[in-house]
Amino acid sequence: MASQRLTLLSRIKDSDIYFSFIKSPTAIVSSVILVIIFFCSFFVEFVAPFNPFDPSSLSLMEAFTPPSWSEKGMTKYILGTDGQGRDMLSTILYGSRISLIVGFSAILFSLLLGVTLGLTAGYFGGKYEMIVMRLTDVQLTVPSILMALLVDGIARGIISRELHDEMAIYVLIFAIGISEWPQFARVSRAATLVEKNKDYVSASTIIGVSNILIMFKHILPNIMRPVLVIGTIGLALAIIAESTLSFLGVGVPPTTPSLGTLIRIGNDFLFSGEWWITFFPAIFLVLLAFSINLLGDWMRDTLNPKLN
Amino acid sequence: MSFLKIKNLSVDYKMRRETINAAKNVNIDVNKGEILGLVGESGSGKSTVGNAIINLIDEPGRVSKGSIVLDGIDIHADPQNIVKYRGKKIGLIFQDPQTSLNPILTIGEQLIETIQTHLNLNVDDAKNKAINLLKEVGIKDAETRFDNYPHQFSGGMRQRVVISLALCCEPELLIADEPTTALDVSIQSQILDLIKKLTKERNLAVILITHDMGVIAETADRVAVMKNGDLVEIGPTKELLTKPKEIYTKSLVSSVPPTNKKISRFKIIEKENKKQSDTNIKILNRWVKKEISDKDLVQVESLSKTFDDSFFIESSKNSVMAVNDVSFSIKEGQSFGLVGESGSGKSTIAKMIVNLFKPSSGDIYFNDVCVTKIKSNKEMLKFRKQIQMIFQDPYSSLNGRLKVKDIVSEPIKLHNPSVSSKDLDDYIYDLLESVELTQQSAERYPHEFSGGQRQRISIARALATQPRLLVCDEPTSALDVSIQAQILNLLKDLQEQLNLTILFISHDLPVVRQMCDRIAVLKNGKLCEISNTEDLFIKPKHDYTKELLKLMPKIESIYK
Repeated sequence: MASQRLTLLSRIKDSDIYFSFIKSPTAIVSSVILVIIFFCSFFVEFVAPFNPFDPSSLSLMEAFTPPSWSEKGMTKYILGTDGQGRDMLSTILYGSRISLIVGFSAILFSLLLGVTLGLTAGYFGGKYEMIVMRLTDVQLTVPSILMALLVDGIARGIISRELHDEMAIYVLIFAIGISEWPQFARVSRAATLVEKNKDYVSASTIIGVSNILIMFKHILPNIMRPVLVIGTIGLALAIIAESTLSFLGVGVPPTTPSLGTLIRIGNDFLFSGEWWITFFPAIFLVLLAFSINLLGDWMRDTLNPKLN
Repeated sequence: MSFLKIKNLSVDYKMRRETINAAKNVNIDVNKGEILGLVGESGSGKSTVGNAIINLIDEPGRVSKGSIVLDGIDIHADPQNIVKYRGKKIGLIFQDPQTSLNPILTIGEQLIETIQTHLNLNVDDAKNKAINLLKEVGIKDAETRFDNYPHQFSGGMRQRVVISLALCCEPELLIADEPTTALDVSIQSQILDLIKKLTKERNLAVILITHDMGVIAETADRVAVMKNGDLVEIGPTKELLTKPKEIYTKSLVSSVPPTNKKISRFKIIEKENKKQSDTNIKILNRWVKKEISDKDLVQVESLSKTFDDSFFIESSKNSVMAVNDVSFSIKEGQSFGLVGESGSGKSTIAKMIVNLFKPSSGDIYFNDVCVTKIKSNKEMLKFRKQIQMIFQDPYSSLNGRLKVKDIVSEPIKLHNPSVSSKDLDDYIYDLLESVELTQQSAERYPHEFSGGQRQRISIARALATQPRLLVCDEPTSALDVSIQAQILNLLKDLQEQLNLTILFISHDLPVVRQMCDRIAVLKNGKLCEISNTEDLFIKPKHDYTKELLKLMPKIESIYK
């Protein structure tokens, strides 16, 4: 087992992807930032200095404390506190966890939906393909934020008020996911059209392998590269979409704030001088989205054989 | 003093892990009025030498040593020299006429542009010159064709245009890199004749880069043989092909399928004294051998296939008749050849027989069962088990994400789901050894293998279901001659020992002659003639067959 793991490690080290990774400072810096952010967000209970949702740790007396390096700052609140005396750093870390969960789940949902539809459309062709692809065309004419707003509005109409706050996060995942799938469908259909004309697919057909198995065992692994690339860039878009929706007040409720909610809350204080309440979540969001995008760009360049 | 003198040329490609020496100390001379053939297998460095002359070596490659002297001037001494010479003194012809012309400019515009870049002529003079050139390379109605776009020309005509482009500035050296590889036999001979004619008329020095020994035998005055960047042997064509000195040249010449006789096996000359064992076909004891009978295994009756391009309305205008009323039959244990140029419908017939396409009309019977009328999946699976196929392109016919083991085991598991894992492993190893691959290859991925080895994996996969009929669609046309000889030997051995019935599809007449008992000749989807191999080659009946036989490049022509 040990030797196997060693060979796996050496295979990774030997690969072209690893080589291009260590040659690209952008990729290294952005992935280091992402690893730190992911780690802090998922182990937030152990990393964050305070638990902003524990009322006993809040003191209204210390509300609106500026960052520690300014004149009135306190060393224990590095990035200051918000209007309820919550530590900004801790709130941001808790908020980024919500943002990441929503982002990842939404992109996973749209990836599953889009790739399944795109793969089957490309493979079977005919009227089914036409219907699926026209559906993506229609959806691409609607801005994705509008689409998400529409879904959220419908959900609010259907789900009762008490349940809504509980369900908000799932509605959000569905809303963002449903607005992103056409991308995946288009890319995977295009890649499937290329792959299905290759001889290995014919060979499997001649052997007698069923359509389902050909699609998912043979074609799917071969179209994953472009799908992963747009998936990475889509992740940044999904996180931004989540923040946008939360900023507009249709996302997650303020009791479990995400980055977008924090920016919205802070926005109210911006003109009274408490800039840090909105500034730090915003910077954090920019850093997160930017790093994911840079990593996605690097992946696109590395995995795309045409650009090499 | 020869016109072009390449002295100690070395070209290196500095890669991540190692430096690849694409050319090592190559010395070649070319005189005016002669055609030098540069042969070698893929990766031998023949194109590298051609590219080095015009300084078109891509990064990270570079000329590390040596000099190239053209007409007394070292063209690498001053970077300006090559800019002056490229196009003007040196003309180039590339392999693929589809991509070497700009599709959005008319051929006239492209010719005038090239002429004006190098010669100081006004537009009218340039146009006159261009039209004369087009006439010289054999394009009819040059005045009207002048304003046509590349897509309005056929492949052979396009290659003529490319040649006229190469000639338009009166070059003295012409480099032709596989100029006829992408063309059909009949067009190939026209282009080669044109190059020969121009060489004599214009007193050109020509370097003809090719992998085809037949082309060399018919056109080149002298031959240089390359292998792995080394120049193996250089000399007059006749002497080199009839009395090769080096082992490599000998093995290369012996791998070329002779056009005038049928041989039982290709002689494989190995440099290392590897034992030339008779192939050890390990799967033999598992095989339910079918006796060779006089019964027809496959019957094809008035088969037609129409490809319809239109989406909304059915119209006959957009439809293409790929196969038109073709009938033939194959006996059990026979190998049957389908021959034709590109577009003759031979691959389409193969795909209909293995049931990848449905025929538009006509019937296919396999073992007296009508294949086209099979409805149930179970029946279909039984039929699939008995017919397998080997494809042309060894790179796309294997799924690169699966290990060789998984590729070969897929058909076994599918047709025998209850197989135990030990039996499965044994079977896989037997299959791999039958196609002369090691057991270790099972754990590796396809990209670790060469083209010939991949084709062996393909054969192992096809044999896994123990088929009665093996359809081979151009199985060796993507391979080098020496590898081709090995694969053809393997197929012959397999057929002999397993009593396989083979449908062999190829455009290469010498190969078909070596492989098949009966041959059908196709042209534009129609059957021209079916007869036994020897009859077909000795006394062809149909005019088209006669023409094909006359035009195919023959290595034997050197003895005349």
